[in-house]
Amino acid sequence: MKLSTNFVKDYIDIDVDVKTLAEDMTRVGNEYDEAGKLVDATKLVIGEVKECKMHPDSDHLHVCKVDIGSEVLNIVCGAPNVREGLKVIVALDGAVLPGVTVKAGGIVEHDDKPRVIKRGAIRGQESNGMLCSLLELGIEHKYVDEVDKTGIHELPADAPVGEDAIKYLQMDDEVVDFDLTANRGDLLSILGMAYELGAIYDKKVKDIDLSHSENSEDINDSFKVEVNTENCSIFLARKVKNIHIHESPIFIKNRLIASGIRPINNVVDISNYVMLETGQPLHFYDADTLNGKIEVRMATEGEKLYTLDGKERTLSSEDIVISDGEKAIGLAGVMGGLDTEITDKTKNVLIEAAIFDGVKIRKTSKEILRSEASSRFEKGLDPNRTYMAIERACKLLEEYADGEVVGGTAKYDNSNLANREIEITFKKINDVLGMVIAKKDVLDVFRRLEFDVIIDGKKSDFTETEKDLENVEKIIVSVPRRRGDVSIKEDLIEEVGRIYGVDNIVGRLPEMPMKAGSYDKVTRGIRNKMVDLGLNETLSYILVNDKEAKYFTKDDTELVKLLDPMSEDRNTLRHSILPSLLKIYEYNKARSNKDVSVFEIGKAFYKKGDEYGEANKIAALMTGDFYLGVDNRKQVDFYVIKGIVEELLDYLGYERRYSFVIREGQMPEELHPGQSALISVNNDIVGLIGRVHPSLEKEAVYVFEIDLDKLLSKKVGKMKYKEVSKFPSVKKDLAVVVDRDVTSEEVATLIKKAAGSNLSKIDVFDVYTGKGIEENKKSIAYSLTFERMDRTLTDEEINNSLAKIIEMLEKKIGAELRK
Amino acid sequence: MEEQISKIKEVALEEIKMATNAKELDDVRVKYLGKKGELTSILRGMGSLSPEERPIIGSKVNEARDELESMIKDGEEKFAKLELERKLKEERIDITLPSTKVKRGSKHPLNRIIEEVEDLFVSMGYDVVTGPELETDEYCFERLNLPKGHPARDMQDSFYITSEYLLRTQTSAVQARTMMANDEKSPIRVICPGKTYRRDDDATHSHQFNQVEGLVVDKNISLADLKGTLEVFVRKLLGENLELRFRPSYFPFTEPSYEVDVSCFKCGGKGCNLCKHTGWIEVLGSGIVHPNVLKMGGYDPEVYSGFAFGTGLDRLAMFKYGITDIRLLYQNDVRFLKQFDKLDR
Repeated sequence: MKLSTNFVKDYIDIDVDVKTLAEDMTRVGNEYDEAGKLVDATKLVIGEVKECKMHPDSDHLHVCKVDIGSEVLNIVCGAPNVREGLKVIVALDGAVLPGVTVKAGGIVEHDDKPRVIKRGAIRGQESNGMLCSLLELGIEHKYVDEVDKTGIHELPADAPVGEDAIKYLQMDDEVVDFDLTANRGDLLSILGMAYELGAIYDKKVKDIDLSHSENSEDINDSFKVEVNTENCSIFLARKVKNIHIHESPIFIKNRLIASGIRPINNVVDISNYVMLETGQPLHFYDADTLNGKIEVRMATEGEKLYTLDGKERTLSSEDIVISDGEKAIGLAGVMGGLDTEITDKTKNVLIEAAIFDGVKIRKTSKEILRSEASSRFEKGLDPNRTYMAIERACKLLEEYADGEVVGGTAKYDNSNLANREIEITFKKINDVLGMVIAKKDVLDVFRRLEFDVIIDGKKSDFTETEKDLENVEKIIVSVPRRRGDVSIKEDLIEEVGRIYGVDNIVGRLPEMPMKAGSYDKVTRGIRNKMVDLGLNETLSYILVNDKEAKYFTKDDTELVKLLDPMSEDRNTLRHSILPSLLKIYEYNKARSNKDVSVFEIGKAFYKKGDEYGEANKIAALMTGDFYLGVDNRKQVDFYVIKGIVEELLDYLGYERRYSFVIREGQMPEELHPGQSALISVNNDIVGLIGRVHPSLEKEAVYVFEIDLDKLLSKKVGKMKYKEVSKFPSVKKDLAVVVDRDVTSEEVATLIKKAAGSNLSKIDVFDVYTGKGIEENKKSIAYSLTFERMDRTLTDEEINNSLAKIIEMLEKKIGAELRK
Repeated sequence: MEEQISKIKEVALEEIKMATNAKELDDVRVKYLGKKGELTSILRGMGSLSPEERPIIGSKVNEARDELESMIKDGEEKFAKLELERKLKEERIDITLPSTKVKRGSKHPLNRIIEEVEDLFVSMGYDVVTGPELETDEYCFERLNLPKGHPARDMQDSFYITSEYLLRTQTSAVQARTMMANDEKSPIRVICPGKTYRRDDDATHSHQFNQVEGLVVDKNISLADLKGTLEVFVRKLLGENLELRFRPSYFPFTEPSYEVDVSCFKCGGKGCNLCKHTGWIEVLGSGIVHPNVLKMGGYDPEVYSGFAFGTGLDRLAMFKYGITDIRLLYQNDVRFLKQFDKLDR
């Protein structure tokens, strides 16, 4: 809402500069974007063109002699409409204008720096100023007429030469552009603003002038209003005859411009002007296009209407329409119909002032047009203002359109006009705010807001002293309907806080029983572990494109797509964190960051049948060189990332409970078929690991992902100390040659089986193929540790174990001892 | 005999003095005090002496031996010291050569902030709770006193999946869940950090961002409790001497509602580019929980009251680490990520 301070001063006597006003409003909860002069320019006077000749060296410039009262200036002007006898706006030498340059056709270019007019010569001709259009004064393009777009502004012939042009134009206004909160619909009116400022500066709001005459006819004799929907609480109609359509008076035009509305003609402008003053949107019909009846009802499904923008609209049963009894003639509160709109030929006007349901208007206007009117309906209106607005419109039409007001009002009124009464105690106010406010100070807030207060059944005159109020605990506050946002105790407390101020509240901590707080230790632990392992944590977007969304998942879940995405590249929720990590990898690759080892803990989403769900996952992506330890940088391969997974699973207590398995038909296509596995814990698949398929990523990029919800649901015992043996252990190396297809795990399992409990540890320390080893064979070397808790093992026992191992391996998998 | 001992001693002392290294010194020791050493030989030959002479000569020899041993020891220490000095000199390295790195990973700056906020509130007895990011309209809006068609819904342009499901626009969605989940309707002290989503993307807005929500419900909770709590929060996170300003505002789920400004931590309130010359920076939204929200959560607003607050963590992270463009937080350039491996002090 743009507030014209000149406009609001009609209703409240205040004299503060615009910045102070804006800051004071901010302090009570009404933020603003900008505050300043409507026209931020200096040294502009009214001049008269006394002489106008073509510039000798130009085909479009004129050399003019302009009388500014005190002297006659030589000024070069390029406007096509400059001519002798014209009254013009002259920017004198040293004038500071807004940083606007007007190009051909009225195209405006903006600059942050103001424009300073300097005396000089244009193509050899002396020029001591500039003749201006309204555009050059900073008035927005959409508000000015054609003359100002192509040339300079033409002042009326009686404009007094030498006087301040801004003052004369009544553009010496200051404007605050408020960014209002959604609950303060009342502030979408000059009157509402006046009440708010009145509360701040302790001033009373002046009455609005509704006086007008009316003829002896009665509208009810020839016109009926019928409301057949609960979505219209009040509908008033009055008629004004024999109006004359012309330009609005200057103050109406400029106040509309200051408020952000384009002036059209006096009649249309009056409807907007009254809406600005009262907050009540009005609609004017050409009364001669109506046939004596207006009905408000819900549209029928598929009903058609030509709105005044010339478009054919197909309506639904959710739209409120105005009908002439037969067909729809307007979309209530949103847009009028083409057939009944005011035209240049309109003589008789029917004024509609009504309140329609905000939710319905919101829905309809979202599809068609959000306007100044619809936003006011959405936020709720005061029916008292409906009455006020229609009278005010009659008054202005009588005064500024020479109209003849027809007697009577056709009306339907099912609204509640009475004040809202809210009971509250002083204690409650103090309890919520956490400070003690004197009772008379509380009453003073309501007085400033022009709310009534009822004490013991009597209306307060606000002269009570604190002593008078000593025994008063409970009061009733009577809130005018204009403040639709104040309906419960807490709203009143907010008003006290707003107007009295809360700066004096002394902060304290809630008095609650001591207890230890809690947080998700496991996620924190996982994050710490991954960082310890040397990976960098990322935080990526969960939105990816619909092609990637299901990468690395092979299940029967469906895509979770946005109804209204911002871009096609982010139109679906990820099913896996890995597509996000691949994007991060691509980003880094493009910046020559070759070594990328990152992880992320986050959500992945899915749809199964009609159910939507999300899972907590951890994923990592590794490529390039990875730092494994001092003097040990290694190019990432499957075993590096496998090591990360094992370390993490061990850390979480799943030691010896997991394995890496290959399941035909379950391997995601995005993984390299020969370098990938599923991660199984307690024989349940919880994740995947492997190299990204070369068709997706040419470079060797390795990933893993684990469903943390699934993994962590598998219980682990508490970490306990395990006794270490007091007796020496013996290490033996064993290298065996086996078929290439035999896995290391198979060999190890056989070794463990053969050696029994004397074998405490088994590690692979070398895998070899090549010279000395038959083709289709490989050599695996194990380091075996023998140890017992109860005694030292003898050489004989160990040799026996080794012999058993060799025998078992030979028998089961045809292994040979490597010589 | 005594003379002979004296002579041996004299010569030996002279040789000790002459020794130039540990080896020569040891040779002297062996020559006089070794198994076959000259002094040792005298002791061994004592059997041929008379019983009267024996103690006299014995003590003389011992005396001489002690003296020699002590001198040899001194010499050994001297040579050991010299040797150590030589060795240390030899072992001198170029300390300006690059180190052997023991590089570890790093936490994302946003999670660093989240952990810091969690730690602070956990220390004050709060529980950290979470909720779904793919949320229902009911929890994201309706249970927060924002029925369908409410004009305040315009404040948050949402990503809808269906007419019922959307990506949560605010962590406030967890308020209702927390109240509903509390079967005993006992006092509540929670924070909920997490991701939130709105249709917005530019240098200061990201369509995905992070918030932390706080909720306290008990008997007699007031604005003063909110103010005190936020003072602790803001000062711990952004600076000890900062001032807070409560500016009335509107959120459908709190009444009264306040936006909280903090005195500019860059200029100290004098006015600068960061605070747009106002001296204040808006950091939080907060208020007293709306009775409708309590009621919908199963708490009797006549008995219970509460406060709630929420803040954008991205902005806090940007302030804290001097990050100028929000997109840096989500691009995950490893050169950016690796910087966050230091202790916040």
